[in-house]
Amino acid sequence: MSIELRQVSKRFGSVSAVEDVSLTVADGELVALLGPSGGGKTTVLRMIAGLEVPTSGDLLVRGERVNDVPVQKRNIGFVFQSYALFKTMSVFDNIAFGLKIRKTPPAEIQTRVDELLKLFGLDGLGRRLPHQLSGGQRQRVAIARALAPRPSVLLLDEPFGAVDAKIRQELREWLVRLHRELHVTTIFVTHDQEEAMEVSNRIVIFSRGRLEQIGTPREVYEQPKNEFVARFIGVLNVLELTILNGAARLHELSFPAHGLPEGQTLRIGFRPYAVQISRNLQEHPYLAVIRHVYFLGVQLRLELETPSGLILRTRIVKDEFLRQGLEQGSSVSFQIREYRVLSTGANSLSPEVATVHSAANFAEGI
Amino acid sequence: MGYSIAYLSLVVLIPLAGLLIRVSAMSWADFVRVAFSDRALAAYRLTFGASFIAAAINAVLGTLLAWVLTRYRFPGRKILDALVDFPFALPTAVAGLTLANLFSQTGWLGQFLVPLGIHLAYTTGGIVLALTFVSLPFVVRTLQPVLEEFEVELEEAAATLGAGRWCTFRRVVFPALLPALMTGFALAFARAVGEYGSVLFISSNKPYVSEITPQVIMGWLDQFEYANAMAVAVVMLSASFAILITINVLERWASRFQR
Repeated sequence: MSIELRQVSKRFGSVSAVEDVSLTVADGELVALLGPSGGGKTTVLRMIAGLEVPTSGDLLVRGERVNDVPVQKRNIGFVFQSYALFKTMSVFDNIAFGLKIRKTPPAEIQTRVDELLKLFGLDGLGRRLPHQLSGGQRQRVAIARALAPRPSVLLLDEPFGAVDAKIRQELREWLVRLHRELHVTTIFVTHDQEEAMEVSNRIVIFSRGRLEQIGTPREVYEQPKNEFVARFIGVLNVLELTILNGAARLHELSFPAHGLPEGQTLRIGFRPYAVQISRNLQEHPYLAVIRHVYFLGVQLRLELETPSGLILRTRIVKDEFLRQGLEQGSSVSFQIREYRVLSTGANSLSPEVATVHSAANFAEGI
Repeated sequence: MGYSIAYLSLVVLIPLAGLLIRVSAMSWADFVRVAFSDRALAAYRLTFGASFIAAAINAVLGTLLAWVLTRYRFPGRKILDALVDFPFALPTAVAGLTLANLFSQTGWLGQFLVPLGIHLAYTTGGIVLALTFVSLPFVVRTLQPVLEEFEVELEEAAATLGAGRWCTFRRVVFPALLPALMTGFALAFARAVGEYGSVLFISSNKPYVSEITPQVIMGWLDQFEYANAMAVAVVMLSASFAILITINVLERWASRFQR
């Protein structure tokens, strides 16, 4: 079922939680609402659910305005961060709750709940009470309960927040499988960019109540619209340059001026993978020392320090690192293969400026 | 551990044992004659009946009050919250006197209620009123912390599943409150059964009609019939004890969902 937000804002008293957000979620999509805490993503989710009413703007479901439709009538499944299982009811009764409210015949309830227990790997746990379950099981009960009345949308608030890292990984994969099987439109909130990248078809990035960017995981990673998105999704090196003698410079580093006037400042950003290093000091134009090595598994993250004291982060495959005989303290030469102009001028942090200038300014090499 | 048992024995068990020993000196026939006399039986009925009604009224109104105090923010909430403890602090005799005054034919409220046929002073209704007053804080104060901790998400979850407000209360909120509500009920009931001072003023204290058990006991004491007074006291004691145990068992059943 398609969902559309048109210029939706939400204020709590004088505090603005969500400002002018417009977005569309197509039928059957799996969308992540991503952002730092307090970014307004949970409020957006709660407005879609009907747990909050927008202060202004329209909320449309299948093209119909539903601002004033009460939560009970929206036919949504909502999974709370705390799971909010009914402590006084068994697993079976928890899952059956929505069906009972809808006056479903008992035989049908039995079939549906059994089916869900099976699908969620909860066979034989129907008689248990919530406090007798593990964290992962509780969460699955919460999702099963939300799905039992066959909602047209499944909304999950920080679904993997309350379980430990190992189970979190399993649950992510499991959610992707579940979505593939049931194909119900799913929107989930997370503050973990890795989780958003891994699980969703599309990511909606919020910060301070505003929508920063919507796109596929690849789009937001490779073509971030502004510095906030670029920094939030993955690691980013940011440099502030000044145009001097026809080039954008910072200490020994220099980049094309992009036609900007002398004295203008310019912020650029580049991913660690864009920084290429070599043991051969003549191979690349700049020099640096490996200050620190972070072991990440197959890959290593290196912290480089240039003679002028700039710190840059790069990534290298472990095999390559060993093949070149590198270690902490090694001197290397490096180049920055690609970078994005994040912003220009004095108001360099303003995202509006950033979007204008970053669209095409993708330079290859130096 | 040792200290608390010693303390408990000193304060509770030894007096109780003393009571039982004193009574055991009576013959069984004497005991039955005194403890189950018509007058005593009428007093038991009134005491436990009125206390039960008072505790039941508090279970409903106290829940409502606790709900309002925890869920709503309004000017004067703190004052109202403090006022709940008022019956704790007020000497119950004062409470009885005040209520009797208020509801007597010439009292503030009584002058309007009595013509309508509502007699609260010097009647069974008055006794219930006094007992409700003195036992109110028990229900409110046991429910308040439970309501404070109650996750709003549970109600929201029920709403997203299609449940209306009443249905949510009945199926989700109420079962979770039940254990605390029963504790509050038991405490209120126990308090009401033991109440003496306020009833003395608001009741007409007629034997067989509006005389509560403590008054029967006092009656025997006034006549220096200590053994008889104790016989009645033992019945009171056993009955209270049995009721508290029953409620405890029910409470345990109601809170089976907790760890």
